[in-house]
Amino acid sequence: MKDTHFVSGAAHTDRIHDSAIKHVTGRADYTDDIGQPEGTLHAYLGVSTVAHARLNGIDLTDVLAFPGVVGVLTADDVPGVNDISPTGQNDEPVFPTDRIEFHGQPLFAVVAETRDAARRAAELARIDCDVLPHALDPIAAQEAGYPHVTAPLKLERGDVDTALSGARNRITGRMTVGGQDHMYLEGQIAFAMPGEDDDIVVHCSTQHPSEAQHMVAHVLGVPSNAVVVNVRRMGGGFGGKESQMNLFCAVAAMAAKKWNRAVKIRPDRDQDMTATGKRHDFVIDYDVAFDDAGRIEAVGGTFAARCGYSADLSGPVTDRALFHADNAYFYPHVRLTSRPMKTNTVSNTAFRGFGGPQGVIAAERIIEEIAYATGQDPLDVRKANFYSGEGRTLTPYHQAVEDNILDRLVMELEEGAAYRQRRNDIVAFNDTSPVLKKGIALTPVKFGISFTATWYNQAGALVHVYNDGSIHLNHGGTEMGQGLNTKVAQVVAEAFQVDFERIKITKTTTEKVPNTSATAASSGTDLNGMAALDAVEQIKSRLIAFAADHWGVAPERVRFAANRVHVGDEALTFDAFIKKAYLARVQLSAAGFYKTPKIHWERARGQGRPFYYYAYGAACSEVTIDTLTGEYRVERTDILHDVGRSLNPALDKGQVEGAFIQGMGWLTTEELWWDDAGRLRTHAPSTYKIPLASDRPRVFNVNLADWSENRELTIKRSKAVGEPPFMLGISVFEALSMAVASVADYRECPRLDAPATPERVLMAVARLRNGG
Amino acid sequence: MTYRTEIRFILNGTDVSVPDVAASQTLLDFLRLNRRLTGTKEGCAEGDCGACTVLVGRLTGDGLVYAPVNACIRFLASVDGCHVVTVEHLSGPDGRLHPVQQAMIDHHGSQCGFCTPGFVMSLYALWMQTPEPTAAQVETALQGNLCRCTGYEPIVRAAVAVSRYGTPAADHLNTERAAMTARLKRLQSDARVVSGPADNLSILPASVDDLAACLLTYPDATIVAGATDVGLWVTKFLRNIGPAIFTGHLDRLKTIAMEGDVLTIGAGASYTDCQDALSEHLPHLTGYWDRIAGWQVRNMGTVGGNIANGSPIGDTPPVLIALEAEIVLRRGDVRRTVALEDFFIEYGKQDRAAGEFVETIRIPIPSQNDRNAAYKISKRRDEDISSVAVGIQVTVAEGRITRSRIAFGGMAATPKRATAAEQALQGQVWSQAAFDAAAKALEQDFRPLSDWRASAAYRMLSAQNLLRRFYLEQDTATAAPVRLETA
Repeated sequence: MKDTHFVSGAAHTDRIHDSAIKHVTGRADYTDDIGQPEGTLHAYLGVSTVAHARLNGIDLTDVLAFPGVVGVLTADDVPGVNDISPTGQNDEPVFPTDRIEFHGQPLFAVVAETRDAARRAAELARIDCDVLPHALDPIAAQEAGYPHVTAPLKLERGDVDTALSGARNRITGRMTVGGQDHMYLEGQIAFAMPGEDDDIVVHCSTQHPSEAQHMVAHVLGVPSNAVVVNVRRMGGGFGGKESQMNLFCAVAAMAAKKWNRAVKIRPDRDQDMTATGKRHDFVIDYDVAFDDAGRIEAVGGTFAARCGYSADLSGPVTDRALFHADNAYFYPHVRLTSRPMKTNTVSNTAFRGFGGPQGVIAAERIIEEIAYATGQDPLDVRKANFYSGEGRTLTPYHQAVEDNILDRLVMELEEGAAYRQRRNDIVAFNDTSPVLKKGIALTPVKFGISFTATWYNQAGALVHVYNDGSIHLNHGGTEMGQGLNTKVAQVVAEAFQVDFERIKITKTTTEKVPNTSATAASSGTDLNGMAALDAVEQIKSRLIAFAADHWGVAPERVRFAANRVHVGDEALTFDAFIKKAYLARVQLSAAGFYKTPKIHWERARGQGRPFYYYAYGAACSEVTIDTLTGEYRVERTDILHDVGRSLNPALDKGQVEGAFIQGMGWLTTEELWWDDAGRLRTHAPSTYKIPLASDRPRVFNVNLADWSENRELTIKRSKAVGEPPFMLGISVFEALSMAVASVADYRECPRLDAPATPERVLMAVARLRNGG
Repeated sequence: MTYRTEIRFILNGTDVSVPDVAASQTLLDFLRLNRRLTGTKEGCAEGDCGACTVLVGRLTGDGLVYAPVNACIRFLASVDGCHVVTVEHLSGPDGRLHPVQQAMIDHHGSQCGFCTPGFVMSLYALWMQTPEPTAAQVETALQGNLCRCTGYEPIVRAAVAVSRYGTPAADHLNTERAAMTARLKRLQSDARVVSGPADNLSILPASVDDLAACLLTYPDATIVAGATDVGLWVTKFLRNIGPAIFTGHLDRLKTIAMEGDVLTIGAGASYTDCQDALSEHLPHLTGYWDRIAGWQVRNMGTVGGNIANGSPIGDTPPVLIALEAEIVLRRGDVRRTVALEDFFIEYGKQDRAAGEFVETIRIPIPSQNDRNAAYKISKRRDEDISSVAVGIQVTVAEGRITRSRIAFGGMAATPKRATAAEQALQGQVWSQAAFDAAAKALEQDFRPLSDWRASAAYRMLSAQNLLRRFYLEQDTATAAPVRLETA
C-alpha cells in the first residue's frame, strides 16, 4: 500500500493508454490473434464485377468443386431476415437476390477449410446478369432521376429568398468535396463460435456491438438473447466499424450455425476497401449574400451526397452536414437542404465528423469567397461572422449557441502563431518567389456534441468490487485506440480514490451491458464515463451507509482518499475496508446508467436542441506550393483546441494531433477514384495515400485551451474530443487556396476542390494564370 | 551439386527447419499461423503499411546485417540462412521493455496499437543504425509505416528520444552478434535448395552460375529477387509463381563496383545496397532514391528487379536511361549487353528470352560538362508510385546544348526517351526559350494516360514543367529556390 496523498491515474492526469505496453510488445490481442478452435473454417466474400445489373443467377459449381471448400452461403441461406440495414430501412441485404447495385458488392460467401482456399474459390463463380446503366456520383444520379436513399432534411430560418434577391453582394458557387476511406490498420473481421440451442458468440472489431448483436439475431432469426458480441479492442475504427461490421458478423454467424464450426471471415485490404462504405463525397451549391464589410446576410445551400446504393447512416450523416454548414458563423437568413442521393457505389457510412466536416468546409469556402470579394484577410471575415452578441446566437436549427469561446480562443491562437506578421511576410515572399508560393490560413471549428438520434444518448456500465479489493470495470463503449477505457478507468480510480492499477478494464461484451449505443459521435467518454461514475456512486453510497452504521459515525465522516477509507478518525486500507463490507454482506456490484439531459430534436420541423454543448478549436497552417508541379509541403501548424477540463491531456492531445493529420489527409492526398465501369481503383495503401510521418507539418504546435471548462455538467467538465479536431485540417486546405490565389494577386477565390492533390493544385494555378 | 529440401533459418532464438516450403508461402503467414507469433500484423499484404515489419539479419561481406523488411510479401524460402527477428524478441529475457518500446510508451506513441509493432521494429532498426537520428532521418526510416491514429508526432518524438533509454551496444542483437554469426555460418551450405510441392517449387540456386543453370532447366520460372512486386502477385492476385527461383541470397549478384568510369551494379543489389555508391558517383540521385517506396521495400527491392519487371512506372528506368545505362543479360554462359532503353519493347514485353536473366546494370558516370537531374512527381511525396518520373542529362559546351538525354516514366506504356524534346534542345543556347520549346515538343513525344494517379493533362503539364524546373534549377541566374526540397 502506497502511503501518498494521491492515487495513480486519477482524472485530469496524463495516464498512458491502458494497453500501451501490450501495443509495443505485440501482446495486445486483436480479433485475428485469438486462438482458433480445432476445425475452424474460413469464409470469404464473392463480389460483383459490374456496377449495376439485373441478377439472374449465380453458378457456384466451380466454387463448390474447389479443393477445401465446405460450402457456400447465398441469399437463400439466410435463416432469418436478409437485411442488415442499421436504420431499419430494409434496403441492405446480406446478399442481393435480384439486383447488383455496385461494383464489388458481396453476392455470396465461400466457406472453406483455409482462408486461402476460400479466397481462391470465391473468384470462380459465374454471375449471370444483365448489365444496366449506372450512376456513380450525386450529379449523375440526379440527372438519371435516381431517388434519395432516405428523406432529405431542410433547415430554414428567416426569409432567405428576400435577403438573397435584395443583396448588394451575392456570390453563388459549387464545391466538390471528396470522400475518404477509413484505412484503419486492422481491417474488418468477425470470428463466430456456435453454441448450444440458438446460441452464438461473435468476436469482432466493431464500434457497435449491440447493433452487431441485433443484426446477427435478425439475420439468424433468433432473439437477441442468443447472441453475444465481444470486442476487446479495434485496430482503428473512425466510423468505419459502426455499421460496416454487420455484414461480416452476419456471414460468420450464419456459417458457424450452418456447419456448427467456428468460422472466421477477414477480407483482404482490397475487398475491405471496395466492399465497405466510406465518408460521403458531397457536391455543395452555395448562394451567399453579404454586406460591404463582409458580414453574411443570407446563405442558401444544397448538399448533394454520394450515399451509395442504400441508406446505411446517410440520413444522420447528411443531417449533420447541414447542422455544421454554419460552422462558427451566424447566418441571419438561411436555408440548407440535403440531397442524399442514391448512387451505384458502395453504401457510404460514418466517418469521424459524420458529415460535419463537409458542412464546415462549405462554410469556410463561403467565408473565403467573401474575403476575396471584399479584399479582406479571411480571418477578419471569419471573426466578423462569429456567433456572438444579441440576436446573433441562433443556429439554422434554432438552437442558441450559448457557450461560444471562439473569440478568446482564436485571438490567443492568432497571437501565439504570430498570424498577422507571418501573413504579411508570406505576401512579401510570394512577390519575389516565382515558382514557390506560400499560403497561410487560420480556421475555427465549432462542433455539436450529442447523437442527433436522441435515444442514442444513453449508456450503461457494470462495476464489480471483488472482496480482495480489486475492481472490474465494464461499460458499453468500445476501445479503438482513443483511450476510452483509460479515461473511464481514471474516472473510476478518482471516484473510489484508488490506484488505476487496481482496476481491470475488460472487453466490451453485450453480455454485461445491453442495448448500448455505438462508440461514435465523440460521445464515448461523455456517456460511458458518466455511466461508470453512476455505478461507482451506487457502490460507494452502500459502502458509506455500511461504514456509518458499522462504526457509528455520521455518513459525512466516511471519506475515500488515496487508497484508504477514512471512517471518523480511523483509516483503513481499501482492501481491508472492502473485506469488512463483504463480510457484512454489502452488495459490491452495480450497473450504472446515464442519459444526456436537455436535448431534443424535431426533424420534421428542423428545430430543437440536438446538441448538449459545442466543442471548439482553431488551427493556423502555413504551406508552400510548387507552381510548376502542384506539389506542396505543410510548413507549420499551430492548434489551440478546446476539450473542456481534460480528463487526460496527453490522450486528448493525441486525439487532436491524429485528427488534424487525418483531416489534412482527407483534403490533400486521399483520393477515391472510380473508373468508368464504376470500379474503385484506389483501394489499398498502394493506391490510396494517407499521410505519412513526412507529411505532417514541419513545425507542429498543439495546445489544449486549458482554461476551458464545459458549462454543462459533463463528466468532470470535460468535452468530447474524437471528431472536432478533424476539421482543423481545413486550415491546410485554405492555406493551399491562398498560395494558389497568389498567382493572380489574390483577386479571385480559387476553384479548388477537395482533395487538393498536387494535380488539383497545379490545375487551379493553371486556371488562374490563364485568366480563370 | 548437392541438394537440400528444407529451408533453415533462425527465428528469434530458435533454429527452424521447414521442409516443403512452397514458393508462395509468405513469412508473415508462417509467423502468424504456424508459429502463432501474432505480434506481427497484416495490414495490407502489399508492403505499403509496415504493420508486418520484422528484421531479417543476413551474413554479408560486411558481417551480419539486420534490415527491416515487410514479412507480408517476403517469401519464407527467401529467409533461408537468415536470422528473423520479430517484435516478440525485443524485450529481454527478464521481460524488461526495450528502449524503443519504453520510449514509445512514454511519448504516447500508440493509440489503437495495430501498427505499433511494425513501428517498433522500424525504429529498432533505425536506432541500431543511427542511435541519435534527426527528425528527418526518422521520417525517412518511417516512410514504410502507416499510422492512422496518432498523426505520427508522438512516434517521431519517441524515435528521437530512444537513445536516452539505452545504447545499441547493449542490445542483445549486438551482444549476441558473434554467437549468432557462428550459428548462421553453420546454416550456410553449397547446396541448391529445392523445396515445396512440385507445382509450387521454391528453388534457391547455390551460386550465380547455378542460377544460370536453374534457369536453363526452368526457363519459365519466376525469378524472385526482393519480391516487392512478385509478393503482390501472390498476396493480391493469388497467382501461382512456382517454380520460383530466389536470388536474394546470392551475394555475387549484389556486387557494386567501378569499372573505369562505369558504375556496375549487380542485378540483385537492393536499393539500400546502392545508396553509398550513388551518393559518391551519382549524387543527383540521392534525394530521388529516398523517395523510392519505403525503407522496408528499399531493403528488399532490387534495381535489377525494377528493370526486369518492365513496369512503365518503375522509378529507376527513366533516370538510368537518361544516364545511358546498359544491362547485361545472361543465359547459361552467354552474356549480351543491351542499352536499357532498348530493353523495354512495349507494355508487358521486354527484350529478355526465356531462361535469361538480368545480371548487371552498367551506368556510365557523367562527365563534368553534364548536367543531371532526377525528378519524381507523386500524389503523396513519399512511398508512392510516380505519376511522372524523369531523368535528364544535358551536356552544355560554350553555352550551347550539345547533347541531351531525357527519359520519362509514367508518360507512355514503357519508360521512354523524349526524342522530340531532345531534338528541340539540340544545338540551342542554354536558355529558358530552349526549354520552353522542349516542353512544347513533349506533346509530340507522349500521349499519356489518365488513371487514378494522375490525369493525362496533369501528366503532360507537369512533365513539361519539370523541364522548366531543370532549366531554372541548373541555371546560375536563378535566385529564388524552385523546389520544395531545396527551399
